[in-house]
Amino acid sequence: MPMVRITDVRKAYASGLEALKGASLDIHEGEILALLGPNGAGKTTLISTICGITQPTSGTITVGGHDVVTDYRGARSLVGLVPQEINLEPFERVINTVRFSRGLFGKPKDDALLERILRQLSLWDKKDNRIMELSGGMKRRVLIAKALAHEPRVLFLDEPTAGVDVELRRDMWEIVAGLKKAGVTIILTTHYIEEAEAIADRIAVINKGEILLVEEKTALMTRLGQKELRIELHEPVDALPAALADRGLRIEEGGQVLVYTYDTAQERTGIATLIREVSEAGLVLRDLQTRQNSLEDIFVGLVSKQEDAA
Amino acid sequence: MNWQAIRAIYVFEMSRFFRTLLQSFVSPVISTSLYFVVFGAAIGSRIDQVEGVSYGAFIVPGLIMLSVMTQAISNASFGIYFPKFIGTIYELLSAPINFLEIVLGYVGAAATKALFIGIVILGTSALFVDLSIQHPLAMLAFLVLTCLSFALFGFIIGIWAGNFEQLQLIPLLVVTPLVFLGGSFYSISMLPPVWQTISFFNPVVYLVSGFRWSFFGFADVPIGLSLLAIAGFTVLCLAIIWWIFKTGWRIRQ
Ligand SMILES: Nc1ncnc2c1ncn2[C@@H]1O[C@H](COP(=O)(O)OP(=O)(O)OP(=O)(O)O)[C@@H](O)[C@H]1O
Ligand SMILES: [Mg+2]
Repeated sequence: MPMVRITDVRKAYASGLEALKGASLDIHEGEILALLGPNGAGKTTLISTICGITQPTSGTITVGGHDVVTDYRGARSLVGLVPQEINLEPFERVINTVRFSRGLFGKPKDDALLERILRQLSLWDKKDNRIMELSGGMKRRVLIAKALAHEPRVLFLDEPTAGVDVELRRDMWEIVAGLKKAGVTIILTTHYIEEAEAIADRIAVINKGEILLVEEKTALMTRLGQKELRIELHEPVDALPAALADRGLRIEEGGQVLVYTYDTAQERTGIATLIREVSEAGLVLRDLQTRQNSLEDIFVGLVSKQEDAA
Repeated sequence: MNWQAIRAIYVFEMSRFFRTLLQSFVSPVISTSLYFVVFGAAIGSRIDQVEGVSYGAFIVPGLIMLSVMTQAISNASFGIYFPKFIGTIYELLSAPINFLEIVLGYVGAAATKALFIGIVILGTSALFVDLSIQHPLAMLAFLVLTCLSFALFGFIIGIWAGNFEQLQLIPLLVVTPLVFLGGSFYSISMLPPVWQTISFFNPVVYLVSGFRWSFFGFADVPIGLSLLAIAGFTVLCLAIIWWIFKTGWRIRQ
């Protein structure tokens, strides 16, 4: 049973705009999932429907097996949310807002725990300050402290590092890593692909309310660590010559192009041998190209493919 | 029931009140004193007595009602409107709580604040005039019920309001006129007959009259009617709240 199961969720806002168009996604316990997508893709909407801020128009969502609509208490008590916008009462003191959050989730007072959380977020010496006296990055950390105050099993971070300096971003990553170690399931949205690369176990790409890809980061990275050599031929071929049959070549563009994939990390890429063998087989080269995938490529490729289809 | 959550909301709301304790305390004291100076001294020197009670004492129940009603409404409407306005409502929506618990927390706190102010005004009044309360229990019951029902009403306004103007609209256009014309400063029997008839359509008249009865033992309308009015108003507000709860109106998209 996945920690969060999203099944064919649609969300149409009152304006008629359909922000989610049948999204399905399983999130496993203890993993870090990065949700990537351009502005307006539906990331915040997806998170809001899971957390109870909006209701899905159709489809079901469960958290820890609890349906978020019919068994909202069971579901929501497992979930912590760090919203995208900095929503805090300016006149309130840090410690009070954090206590409030814990109480709202029905947890008894536990000042030792709150102290640990605030220390971990370097907010302890600011605990008696009013929110308006804090810097933007500190406010973001207060939001995290509030979300952690009730010891959630699943944490949603909606663009936690937007507008945050490099140092704080590293701090955030460390905090996220620490939470993962404690067994917390983490879903974060981000526009920074290198962020997803740095901390996520799996990566999901969403655009226009549809989830386009969900994949293990390592599998993605292997794809990324690979380079392609594209050999353009003078005359198209129907099939590979027998001499090249076991070289792992792919025929593309109606036989006009042979594609050779290789690992850049390897000592011998085999390119030299391959090119010799290609001409020995009687094929005439017209052009050579190499290209390296990046997560960005994959991302942009997916998004633009969807746009073409539309 | 998530009692911890109700408590958390209540404590959080009350802390806003205690943070401005001086202001919360001083402003009713000053305004009550001013009312005594203006109405008690200026008008009182001409009216002298109403049904055997000095004019100064006569206006005390009305003064308390006036403040309690407006305070309960403004506290409760602001209390729930403010999170909507600054966006902290996300926390209420994503917490394992239901609408009833939200209502209990916010309305409970708003009613407590109003009650506190009512008691402060009662205390201040005792410095100016001789007060005896004939039916203390009834007095307390009226006071608490008024605090609660008007806090419920204020909560509904706060849920409904989409901006600050709307938040002020109903208190300004409906509540304040009704309260001022509700017999706080005069007995309905002092009015010309036409105005007496019109006054009986003003629900506030019933509340002030009943509350005054608990002090002095006389009233503009039978005490049973007053009880019916406050009970009816409370039930009406509860019904609207129930409907909001059922439909999720103006809360969840
Ligand atoms: N309350 C709302 N009412 C109507 N439409 C909305 C509402 N909230 C979001 N939308 C629309 O839904 C779509 C998805 O928005 P959403 O906020 O989920 O995007 P996002 O992926 O979080 O984008 P960003 O990266 O900019 O935060 C957008 O077209 C947006 O305009
Ligand atoms: Mg967003």
